[in-house]
Amino acid sequence: MQKGGFNFDLYQRNVELIEKNNYKVPKTTKTGTTIVGVVFSDGVVLGADTRATSGPIVADPNCEKIHRISDYIWCAGAGTAADTENTTGMISLQLELLSLSTGRSPRVRTALTLLKNFLFRYHGYISAALVLGGVDFTGPHLHMIHPHGSTSTLPYISMGSGSLAAMAVLETGYSSKMGEEDAKSLVHQAILSGILNDLGSGGNVDLCVIKHKSMEFFRNIDTTNSKRKFRKKLPYMFKSGSTKILEKEIEEKMRKMEIVNEKENAIEELEEL
Amino acid sequence: MAGKNCVAIAGDTRFGVRNQTVALDSNRIFKINNRTLFGMTGLNTDILTLRESFKFQMNLYNLEEEREISPKTFAHNVAQTLYSKRFGPYFITPIIAGLEGEDYTPFLCATDLIGAMEFPKSFVVAGTGEESLMGVCETFYKENMEPDELFEVVSQCLLAAVDRDALSGWGSVVHVLTKDGITTKRLRTRKD
Repeated sequence: MQKGGFNFDLYQRNVELIEKNNYKVPKTTKTGTTIVGVVFSDGVVLGADTRATSGPIVADPNCEKIHRISDYIWCAGAGTAADTENTTGMISLQLELLSLSTGRSPRVRTALTLLKNFLFRYHGYISAALVLGGVDFTGPHLHMIHPHGSTSTLPYISMGSGSLAAMAVLETGYSSKMGEEDAKSLVHQAILSGILNDLGSGGNVDLCVIKHKSMEFFRNIDTTNSKRKFRKKLPYMFKSGSTKILEKEIEEKMRKMEIVNEKENAIEELEEL
Repeated sequence: MAGKNCVAIAGDTRFGVRNQTVALDSNRIFKINNRTLFGMTGLNTDILTLRESFKFQMNLYNLEEEREISPKTFAHNVAQTLYSKRFGPYFITPIIAGLEGEDYTPFLCATDLIGAMEFPKSFVVAGTGEESLMGVCETFYKENMEPDELFEVVSQCLLAAVDRDALSGWGSVVHVLTKDGITTKRLRTRKD
């Protein structure tokens, strides 16, 4: 079995296929996305939309973009879906091992350093733009991480294709003295603005409120965008037998043999002998 | 596509090199165990390579764990295998369909070529005709279909989409997986 890390075995073959044979490469799933983070008096609120696209087609209308790094450190991801999933997953496990070996609860700053070092090593080829937020014993923190490995620490952040729409709402509504309800409503409005105005974002709104030793995840807090209003009432009914079949093969599951009272029978046989 | 305690996978059986048809009986849907079906589209050599690779991994899993793999675990395994080739990927789009747990809840998973998973409740599509397939499945899909109706819906969706795609066709196969076993049916399609 192979060792850890990425495997570059097929790289040469793929280059030749694309250049010489004009092979049409399957599309990667991107999370066009609007992701937002806001710091309030007691903690951090993270928000994200739920659309994953594959070119112009919506691959997943309800995906989860807010990933768990640790119990009170969560991360929203934009960019290539596989990259955000696997990067946050890898850093989550590294952080868990680190916190077990040091015997201390993890800090947001540690997750930040792990993520930025990982992404910088790949010079932007791992396309993951992240909004990292959490509360540790030093207080609430919010950071943005770009695919090339640069980071910023700010009181409110928006990233993804819908970041301009979301930032407009944040700039208008943000105040440093916000409470939890105000922050939640601001993030909600920012994500909604991204969903409505940006083509790469859509679906429902997910929210994650992190305070000291408490985390609340509101999955699909707003689903007004995903209910189809004008749906045909009567479903199409296909009568049984409407499709012409050439051959039919049925493979039945082998029933498990039930062994009952095995030991008792064995002892009885011995006694008889 | 998922139904009530059953799932179905359907695919065509044409193997071609751009516009030339090379084979009419290439099977791209494989049975992993009694609860999991696995289908792939894309570059044929990668389909064959991954088929062997997963067969090897599943045999090892069965020997070590002394039980059958669940569809969800297998889906994660597929995603991890694909992501390890992130820079230099396999050119395939896999679909995993199975029945999860003691309740036989339907499980569907589709990933892209580098392993980004999605778990829809209704249907997953892949291949050269995927855009047509998505449209027709979105129209005909109903919740909680019994196996017979699920078979009809899946077949009609496949046949409709395949007729609109020049690179698909020349025979098709539909597998319906329920807790009692797998029913495989071959359909008559247009041979052009």
